Amino acid sequence: MADITINALKASLPVRAPVTLVRPSVARRRPGRIRIPRLARRVIGPVLVIVMWQALCDAHVFTAFELASPLAVIDAGRQLWAEGALQSAMLISLERVAAGLAIGVVAGVVLAAVTGLFWLGEDLMDPVIQAARAVPILGLLPLVIIWLGVGETPKVFLVALAVTFPVYLNTHAGIRGVDMKLVEAGQTFGLRHWGLVRKVILPGALPGFLVGLRFALVGCWAIIVVAEEINAQSGLGYLIMQAQTTNRTDIMCLCLAIYAILGIVADGIVRLLERYLLVWRRGFKGA
Amino acid sequence: MAAVTATGVRREFGGREVLRGLGLSLGDGEFVALLGRSGTGKSTLLRIFGGLDAEYDGEVLVPERRAVVFQEPRLIPWQRVLPNVSLGLPPRASGGRDGLRRLSLDALAEVGLRDHARAWPVTLSGGEAQRVALARALVREPQLMLLDEPFGALDAITRSRMHVLLQELCARHQPAVLLVTHDVDEAIGLADRVLVLAGGVITFAAPVIVDRPRDPGDPAFIALRSRLLTELGVPAGGRGASEATGATGPPGATGPPEGKPHL
Repeated sequence: MADITINALKASLPVRAPVTLVRPSVARRRPGRIRIPRLARRVIGPVLVIVMWQALCDAHVFTAFELASPLAVIDAGRQLWAEGALQSAMLISLERVAAGLAIGVVAGVVLAAVTGLFWLGEDLMDPVIQAARAVPILGLLPLVIIWLGVGETPKVFLVALAVTFPVYLNTHAGIRGVDMKLVEAGQTFGLRHWGLVRKVILPGALPGFLVGLRFALVGCWAIIVVAEEINAQSGLGYLIMQAQTTNRTDIMCLCLAIYAILGIVADGIVRLLERYLLVWRRGFKGA
Repeated sequence: MAAVTATGVRREFGGREVLRGLGLSLGDGEFVALLGRSGTGKSTLLRIFGGLDAEYDGEVLVPERRAVVFQEPRLIPWQRVLPNVSLGLPPRASGGRDGLRRLSLDALAEVGLRDHARAWPVTLSGGEAQRVALARALVREPQLMLLDEPFGALDAITRSRMHVLLQELCARHQPAVLLVTHDVDEAIGLADRVLVLAGGVITFAAPVIVDRPRDPGDPAFIALRSRLLTELGVPAGGRGASEATGATGPPGATGPPEGKPHL
C-alpha cells in the first residue's frame, strides 16, 4: 500500500534533469609554473627597498646632507673598517649587550621561578616588579649616572634591566600556563618538588621563555644605542653621535644598518634554538 | 585482604556536598566498575583514592603502590615515550638506569608499542597514547589501578580492542582495579562487581555473574544491563543501545530482562 502511494507521488513530480558530474577540485592545477625558492622571495622585498633608496638618491630627491645613498653607506663602511673603528665599535657594543643579556636573562628567570612557583613569592614580589616595569628605563638615566657613574657598569645595567622584564613576564606566564593535568599526572606517578619543577614545569615554561627572549633581544639593542649616545667614548651609539656633529649621514645609516643586521641575526639564533628545544611540538625527529 | 577500604567519605565543593558518607571496599585483585551519571562524584572519589585530593572527611585506606589512568593520556609532551613510561620512578629501586629502561621497554612491549619507545607523544594516535598511559601505570606493578573513563575518548573499535588488552594485562598483573565509567556494557563486560554511585553514596552493588568471555547477548548480561539502567534512572522506553549502553551493545539487546538480576 505504501509503495503505491510513494510511486504515485513520484509520478506526479516533474522529471528531473540528469546529474552533471564535475571534477571536485576548486583549485586549478597550474602546470609549468616556475617556483621561486622561499629564501629568494623573502630577499626580494629588502632588495627592492635598497634599490629604490639608491634611485631616489641618484635622482637627487635626497641630498647627501639629508640621506646618504646605499653605495655611500657601503663606502663609509669600507673606510671605517679599514681604519679599524667599525670593528672596535661593534665589538664593544656587542660585549655590553652580551653582558647585560646574560645578567638580565638570569634575573628574569630567577624572578619568574620565585613568583611562578610560590604564591608567597608572587604576592610579595610581583607588585614591585610590575611597578618597576612601568617606569620608563630611560627615565632612570640620570639616577643611574649618579649611582654607577659613566663607565661600563651603567650601560650593562640598563641593558640587563631592559632584558629582565620581558623574560620575567613571559617565563612567569609560561610557568603559570603549564597544564595542571600534566602536573597532576607527574604527582600521581611519584614526581615531587624539584623533580616536578625540572621535568614538568620548567620545560612547560620554555616556549614562554623563548618568546620573552625574542622581545628582550630587540629591547636590549634599543637601550644600548641610547646609553651609548649619551655617555660613551666607544660603541656604535657613540659612532652615530660623532657622525651627527659632522653631518655624516652615511655613517649614521651604516650604524643603523648594522643594528638591523645584528637584530635579525639574534632573532635567527633564537629561532634555531626554538627549533632545537621545541622539537616535541612537531614530533620531528632529530633537530 | 582488602586493597581499598573507605568509610564515611564526604567531600563538598563550595557548599555542595558531592560525596555524602560513602563507604566502599575492594578486595585484593578485584576488578570493580563504578557507574554513575555525570557529576555524581565518580571522578572525585577516584581522585581521593589517587591522592590528588586531600580535602575530604572520612577514612580512606589505599595501597602505597597505585597508578592512575586518566581519560586523556596526560603524557608529558616534551619527553619521548620511554621516559614517559618510567616517569617518576627512582632508578635505584629498579636496578639502576639500565634496569629501569628494561622494565619500561617490557611494559611498552606488553601494550604492543615497543617500537615507539623513541617517539614523541604528539605523533601517537589516541589509542596508542592511551596504551602508553597503561604501560606507564603497569610498570609500577600497582596493587591498585584507578581508571577514570580511560576509553571514553576512543572510537568504538579501538575501545573494544583496549578492553581485550586491559583484560589480558589484569590477568597477568592481578592489580585491584577501580574503573569509573558511564558505559554500562563496558562495566559488565570487564568487572567482577559493579557499583552505582548516586546522591553521594553507593546505591547499588552487584557481582557480575556472566560467563567469560562475556557476550552482550547472554541473558544474564541483558538482565544486569537492564537493572543497572534502571538504577541509573534511564527509563525503559528510551534505552537505545547506542545511546545509554555504549556502542558495544548489539541491536537486539534492548528488550525486557529475560533472566533474574544477580544481586
